[in-house]
Amino acid sequence: MIVSLGLLLLCQLLGEALARGLDLPLPGPVLGMALLLVLLLLRERLSPVLPHEVGDGTLEKTGNGLLGHLSLMFIPAGVGVVQRLDLVMSHGLALFAALLVSTALALVASVATFRLIARLMGERG
Amino acid sequence: MNQSDFALWVYLSRTPLLWLTVTIFAYVLADRLSARVQRHPLANPVLHAVWMIGLVLSLTHTPYRTYFEGAQFVHFMLGPATVALAIPLYGHRRTVMRALVPMAGALLIGGTVALVSAVSIAKALGVPTDVLISLAPKSVTGGVAMGVAERAGGDPALTAVLVMITGVIGAIIVTPLMESLRIKDMRARGFAAGIAAHGIGTARAFQVDMMAGTFAGIGMGLNAMLTPVLVPVLLPWLLG
Repeated sequence: MIVSLGLLLLCQLLGEALARGLDLPLPGPVLGMALLLVLLLLRERLSPVLPHEVGDGTLEKTGNGLLGHLSLMFIPAGVGVVQRLDLVMSHGLALFAALLVSTALALVASVATFRLIARLMGERG
Repeated sequence: MNQSDFALWVYLSRTPLLWLTVTIFAYVLADRLSARVQRHPLANPVLHAVWMIGLVLSLTHTPYRTYFEGAQFVHFMLGPATVALAIPLYGHRRTVMRALVPMAGALLIGGTVALVSAVSIAKALGVPTDVLISLAPKSVTGGVAMGVAERAGGDPALTAVLVMITGVIGAIIVTPLMESLRIKDMRARGFAAGIAAHGIGTARAFQVDMMAGTFAGIGMGLNAMLTPVLVPVLLPWLLG
């Protein structure tokens, strides 16, 4: 588990370094995700030099364990937001209505477009 | 409280340990509750943990800065968790590759609707221009949205609040909305959640279905690339 966690951090670190060093408009962790994806795609070929945690399912278990608790990681920022609700108070109702309707519309527009194109491409269901 | 209790409190309240522990147990409590009611959308763990902690902080007169010294360790894990999105992405890579065209279309339409509808509705309701600018990137993940708002002349702190509220709204409404539309395709449902409600929508998607979570992560990532391009193009026209 520690090796897997270390590997996730290493990918993030390399991602941050690449983003800063090359002045890329992407967040470091997103580049880190791309790096980990490349590593996973090449892991058969690289297996002699990779720690065995990459191939034996430990990395998957650690990563999926983290993702299963993604909600936890939004709590600190969420608590900060509760303390700054004063910022939205002056237009509270109008902003809430806009957020609610707009989020619903964005969900419907995305899912409808996805399904429409999938169906046009000959998918059933 | 007598003198020695008070001294203990003063000591504990200054170490990161106390607020880290409180954050984890507030989450465990909210998450157990959510599991107990079969992941009912209204039992959203982020929402309930946040108000519980907010209440404790206000009752103990603890400033957010003190709280964050402990909570930062949890906050920090967002980075490695984002990297870990590569793992389900790899696991479902064939399904993902087959869905590239539907995803591209849904991204363009969904990302545009998220931005245009929020600003037009708020404008029609009389919200002033400076607030509209901060509202525009509300469907995108926190750090990216704040950068977009700042470059467009908005208030990043206000954007952070609007982003968080959007995420919680999206996480609550996505399941009932998709059920009422009879959408069973977990790829499409997850992808929509990631586009409209970023990481909090993605966290919800992972609760519902692994495939939905995978596609939500992709939707979140792609909209974080699209919206920074859309805002400078569409915002002047929307405000005009």
